[in-house]
Amino acid sequence: MPTNFKRILDFAINDFNRNKGISIAAIFVLTITILLVTGLVFFQGMAGYLTSQIKNKIDITAYFVDGTSEQDILSVKDEIMKSSPNVKNVEYVSKDQALATFNEKHKGDEVIAQALEEVGQNPFLPSLNITTNGDPLQYAAVATTLQTADFSKLIDNVDFSQKKDTIEKVYSIISNINIFGILLGIILIIVAILVVYNTIKLVIENSKEEISTMNTVGASDWFIRGPFIIQGVFYGMIAFIICFLISGIFSLILSSKFAVMMPGFSLFSYFLANWWIFVLVQLGFGVGVGAISALVVVKKHLEV
Amino acid sequence: MIKFNNVTKIYQNDTIVLQDISLDIKEGEFVSIVGKSGVGKTTIIRLILGLEMPTSGEVYLKDTNLSNADPLKIQELRRKIGCIYQDYKLLSQKTVYENVAYIMQVEGKKDEEIENEVPKILQVIGLEDKVDNFPSELSGGEQQRLAIARAFVNSPEIIIADEPTGNLDPYNTYEVISLLQKINKTGKTVVLATHDREIINKLGKRVITLENGKILRDEAEGKFII
Repeated sequence: MPTNFKRILDFAINDFNRNKGISIAAIFVLTITILLVTGLVFFQGMAGYLTSQIKNKIDITAYFVDGTSEQDILSVKDEIMKSSPNVKNVEYVSKDQALATFNEKHKGDEVIAQALEEVGQNPFLPSLNITTNGDPLQYAAVATTLQTADFSKLIDNVDFSQKKDTIEKVYSIISNINIFGILLGIILIIVAILVVYNTIKLVIENSKEEISTMNTVGASDWFIRGPFIIQGVFYGMIAFIICFLISGIFSLILSSKFAVMMPGFSLFSYFLANWWIFVLVQLGFGVGVGAISALVVVKKHLEV
Repeated sequence: MIKFNNVTKIYQNDTIVLQDISLDIKEGEFVSIVGKSGVGKTTIIRLILGLEMPTSGEVYLKDTNLSNADPLKIQELRRKIGCIYQDYKLLSQKTVYENVAYIMQVEGKKDEEIENEVPKILQVIGLEDKVDNFPSELSGGEQQRLAIARAFVNSPEIIIADEPTGNLDPYNTYEVISLLQKINKTGKTVVLATHDREIINKLGKRVITLENGKILRDEAEGKFII
């Protein structure tokens, strides 16, 4: 290890130990702000899960003319999958399946059972349920393709026009949630950076006279800055370890409670699956903002 | 060694501190800068150290024009100057030992050399029993002795003392001035800023008298006359 770096590291360790009160205060503030930023990662995970659930529930249905063979319908399905890259899923529902689903849904409803009996035959048409990425424009494009392509003669109708308003509304809600999330994220990150910067500034203000003396005796800028930057790194590292443990424990304890609100979503599984994102965000924010704040504050004190 | 060419220093609030100052301090000289408080003595010292730049004119330190000098060059020049201040300017979060060692570390001296030299100089100034104390645990006289040890430890070519006796009793004042005279006899340049009439009159060395930001007198064996 080069002598100067070893000396800078020793200064940092000494200053850290000799100013325990200030160090603990700085770590506390960093921990709170990193937790704030961590909250955004959890929020992003929950919002992502919710929107994907909503998107999966949006679909359009192409009904085929009665008597269209299954083979023809499946070839249309293949064609849609091939020609439209934004189509996520196409599900074939035969006449019999449609009737069975209907009967299951209205089980015990005598009026409906009687009405079906009077019709005397299966009134349902075979269909394809198509799901895209949720964008109304994509659904419109698929509907247009179905109605204008060669196989349009096989299709009785596409229910896009009936569902259009709902799709647009849901899509707009999802877009607003995303925009809200991004704005909230930006505001919280700016607040967090300012809080950390001002905490580090207060810590370094305490050593303002020392910095001035070090400058007077001819210490190089890095010899002066180094210990403060390393202390910023120490604060960030310790705050990261605390935050990572809190995040894990918090997601484990609250996982069952969140599962009640969002069936199918496990907070702890999300944490485990994305642990490296948490490490990156918490360590990056803590160490990065801590060290950069120290660099900027000391630089200001060194300016002649 | 130190040269001021028509130096003027005006602060941002239009306060003129120095006006068209020219002076030349040769190697090995003992120069006292005298004048009332606020006359610009400390500004001259800050200009010599490159801690401030003149509004106009040039300041030369060892033939280097500080206004154009690279910051690294200025830092290197500062390492050749030992400074003593009225308020000591010690590193409050470092021990007595570390305060002296820091100067040698800044200079890039080896650990073994530091471990040899620091105890020696602390013994000379009588602080060998207080190596692990912090400056706040020392008396005013001890703090000033520590500041002197720090200023001398690297055998600098120039010693700058800004009101070094301002906070000291007559006994410690005498000790500090004696030390400055001794170091000057070894060929080092000493610049002393003070408003202590008695010290100046006893020294019998060159005196530059400032008034209203200008040089009023510059005498080879001057007295304190304001």
